[in-house]
Amino acid sequence: MATVTKVRVASDRVKLFTLEVPTGGNFKAGQHYDVRLTAPDGYQAQRSYSLASSPGDTNLIEIAIELIDDGEVSSYFHDSVEPGEMIEVRGPIGGHFTWEPSHTKSSIFVAGGSGIAPIISMLRHRFTVKNNAPALLLFSVRTEDDILYREELERMSDNDPSLHVVTTITRGTSKDWIGNTRRIDQGMIDSALVNTGVKPESAYVCGGSGFVESIADILLDTGLDFNQIHIERFGP
Amino acid sequence: MINDNFFGRRKNTPTRPVPPGQYLEDGFPVLSAGPTPRVDINTWDFSIEIAGETIGTWSWDSLNSLEQTDIHTDIHCVTKWSKQDTNWRGVAIDTLLADAQISPPDGYVMAYCDGGYTTNIPAKDLMDGKGILAHTYENKPLPAEHGGPVRLFIPHLYLWKSAKWIRRLRFMEKDEPGFWEGYGYHMYGDPWLEQRYNGD
Repeated sequence: MATVTKVRVASDRVKLFTLEVPTGGNFKAGQHYDVRLTAPDGYQAQRSYSLASSPGDTNLIEIAIELIDDGEVSSYFHDSVEPGEMIEVRGPIGGHFTWEPSHTKSSIFVAGGSGIAPIISMLRHRFTVKNNAPALLLFSVRTEDDILYREELERMSDNDPSLHVVTTITRGTSKDWIGNTRRIDQGMIDSALVNTGVKPESAYVCGGSGFVESIADILLDTGLDFNQIHIERFGP
Repeated sequence: MINDNFFGRRKNTPTRPVPPGQYLEDGFPVLSAGPTPRVDINTWDFSIEIAGETIGTWSWDSLNSLEQTDIHTDIHCVTKWSKQDTNWRGVAIDTLLADAQISPPDGYVMAYCDGGYTTNIPAKDLMDGKGILAHTYENKPLPAEHGGPVRLFIPHLYLWKSAKWIRRLRFMEKDEPGFWEGYGYHMYGDPWLEQRYNGD
């Protein structure tokens, strides 16, 4: 059982929920929680949400919930959930898409939209424990408003020379935007690797299913081994 | 516990009940832990191993020359979605064992796949037409992202047991955890008993 302690608007379609869970900080970055809602007549719906907060000595966890059209759980969270509400949760769950401080390999992280959630958990944890294995984050979003954790990512990369962040906006940019403006493709990955000097020995990819499928395929072409590529698909 | 203001969006009313904790999905979501392997059908083969010995190996052509089995069924993914009335075609494990002139062994099976994925299943759950090597979905070749050219298909268990990109089955006396089972997922995975995780 968890208690909602904070709700924050992160973008047009994403809210961040802080939940108090007795052993909340005891998990591996990348793991998820199951959330179960029960209607007064007994109808239930369950979904999985990656933890965006980092592990540590805390009883608070953060999940980022994107409002899905027709999504019964996400719409309930967006429309009704306020601090103080009790939510039935179960976790932490999962063990393949995880990052631990002992990870000394250079890594490429690729996030699509709210797929940043488990990756920000890894990057926060990495920053806190001062792990300095070279890391490159490629973050693809639709609009500038969708760049979740933007200031935090800037702050981390400004203070950590081993972390590089490349963001691309796939629809509609302001005239001030000087970054990439297309979907992530082989050319973008190649030039990001050349520009940053990161030679990845492991990859973490999270986003919608089609996004993940195409990125994983490009990473195979980049020379990463099948077993070096960890993926997590968002959506149904 | 009750969430007072939660009512759900029950627009997909199932024609039949779905297992507890599942919701109906119209599409066919893709779930896998790594990239989609690049499989060459010309060099693909499938083998069965019993007591350390390979008792049969089948090429793509020889698999297709065997008796084909059709399955019309509902499918259930541990990530909470279910899909009703799906149609699959492939070769029953019974047919492969008969082709190799082997009587069905007891115990357990470990499935091995391109990409290194593994999963464990009791042997009896593969027999009597319950498990097939599926190569066709809705009358079309099974797409690669759904496990094509060939996946194991055991629809009475959660879909992670229906190992994509299957290459080998190894019969073993004692149960051993496969890929997800080693990360805390249930050793058996019956969706009707909601056996998602270890301890369920």
